[in-house]
Amino acid sequence: MDALIGLQSQFWTATVETLYIVALALVFGGLGGLLVGLGLYLSRPGHILENRPVFLVLNVLVNFVRPIPFIIFIAAAQPLARIVVGTGIGNPAAIFAISVAASFGIGRIVEQNLMTVTPGVIEAARSVGAGPWRIIVTVLLPEALGPLILGYTFVFVALVDMATVAGYIGGGGLGNFALVYGYRQFNPVVTWAAVLLIIVLVQLVQFLGNWLARKAFRR
Amino acid sequence: MGETVVELRDVSKVYPPTTRGGSPVVAIDSVDLEVEAGDVYGIIGYSGAGKSTLVRLINALERSTAGSIVVHGQEIAGLPERNLRSMRLGIGMIFQQFNLLNSRTVAGNIAYPLEVAGRSKEERRERVEELLQFVGLADKAKAYPDQLSGGQKQRVGIARALATSPDILLADEATSALDPETTHEVLALLQRVNREFGVTIIVITHEMDVIQTIATKVAVMDRGRVIERGDVFDVFSNPQTAAAARFVGTVVKGVPNEHELAVLRERHPGRIVTLSFRDTEVDQAAVFAEFTREGVGFQVIYGGINEIQGRPFGHLTLALTADATSVDAALARVRTLTTVTEAR
Ligand SMILES: Nc1ncnc2c1ncn2[C@@H]1O[C@H](COP(=O)(O)OP(=O)(O)OP(=O)(O)O)[C@@H](O)[C@H]1O
Ligand SMILES: [Mg+2]
Repeated sequence: MDALIGLQSQFWTATVETLYIVALALVFGGLGGLLVGLGLYLSRPGHILENRPVFLVLNVLVNFVRPIPFIIFIAAAQPLARIVVGTGIGNPAAIFAISVAASFGIGRIVEQNLMTVTPGVIEAARSVGAGPWRIIVTVLLPEALGPLILGYTFVFVALVDMATVAGYIGGGGLGNFALVYGYRQFNPVVTWAAVLLIIVLVQLVQFLGNWLARKAFRR
Repeated sequence: MGETVVELRDVSKVYPPTTRGGSPVVAIDSVDLEVEAGDVYGIIGYSGAGKSTLVRLINALERSTAGSIVVHGQEIAGLPERNLRSMRLGIGMIFQQFNLLNSRTVAGNIAYPLEVAGRSKEERRERVEELLQFVGLADKAKAYPDQLSGGQKQRVGIARALATSPDILLADEATSALDPETTHEVLALLQRVNREFGVTIIVITHEMDVIQTIATKVAVMDRGRVIERGDVFDVFSNPQTAAAARFVGTVVKGVPNEHELAVLRERHPGRIVTLSFRDTEVDQAAVFAEFTREGVGFQVIYGGINEIQGRPFGHLTLALTADATSVDAALARVRTLTTVTEAR
């Protein structure tokens, strides 16, 4: 316990770092995932921008990236990170790796959420002359909003999970904090404190997500 | 009236095989169809006959693989998708499952086509107001679709379809998800749309009473082909094909079916004939006079009178009692007056 009090400032720094990593990953990975998901949905045979090659490539890519364990992915993505964010280590590289991995994971979730929109409403929109772009913005996304919010809330938890691995390539955050000050110094209280904070964080976000989704569903 | 608004010439729609190595699906097979302004054109046929595909060709939700489709004088077969959008503003469509946007209020749903058409906010508000009044949902403007009954949802669907004042309305099984009472309300509304705004309506259904209630013309579809078409009165009172006769039989009372006929024959050993009376063109008294003149005894054993668009037609089945020569003589004369079918 004393050790924890002594580590207070590192603890809060780690918390802020985790939030920072997760927030940026949510923005980049969230957007990337939205694009991948829309791409999968729209290009699927029978859908409004049906395009078999695009669909097949995206589908294979998603199926290829998703099963890679993240701790391996983050290391494997280092060369690419060096090209894109200029460094293979630290928070920027971690955010990059998480965003890329998340794009594919989220893409699948977005695709599945979009599938809940009945084809009939898209047909109705087409029948009044709406083009693909308008259908995406005014029909597809609003109609799938509830499930999408719940999907992204679920994604947040996965991102927190991924962010704890950032320490592996020299990034910070609660995972690194628990590892360095808790696990390696045989101080379980420190580890538990990190765990507790993550649980609280996840719960808060889950509540927020549920609340927003309820508003979207109006139920 | 009279001007052709939709014309299909030798139109086919072939879907690629659904399974690898399967054969292509011919959903529409060389169909000709001509719909005139002001028509309520019914299209009837069993499930899978190609009805939905046919109407979806008219607003190009589905693209034809052969033939010519002219809507409002414009050839649409082969037009690229983006050039179809303005044409679609002139064709409204309603659906069996209503297909309303759940994320929008009733007013928002009705405004949707107007947004697509780029109308100003003020215009949209006024038009939505007008349409809500017309379909009798003024008090539901702010409700969401999941708070409405099926009949109310379809009325929203109709209002949405009419938003841009199209002069053609396509209705794909628009009442099939509704109970009989609500079906009648919706059909009455469609009839008002036709009569008050002069909108040409194409209704698809597998229920003959929908045709009977609102259609002026009807086409019967079977396996991708139109096998019979004409004025509703003609098809109902005198169907030419077996498929049409079966559909007509579901609503037209007065012709005994096989089973009923067998029962009747047991009770009446003599010859049994069915006389058809169309409109007022047949003088029933004259017909019966022919039997009496030949000394043929007759007894009405089955029958009924129907009315389509205010024109009556009916069938009477008679058991005849007399020797063969008198019956033949009487029937020969009756056949000059009306249609006679003898049960065998
Ligand atoms: N996208 C498609 N791909 C392949 N075949 C299709 C497709 N859509 C329809 N078909 C086939 O085309 C035929 C006609 O279908 P359609 O939906 O037009 O029939 P329908 O008369 O409207 O039937 P129902 O009364 O059941 O709605 C059917 O054999 C159907 O299986
Ligand atoms: Mg159908």
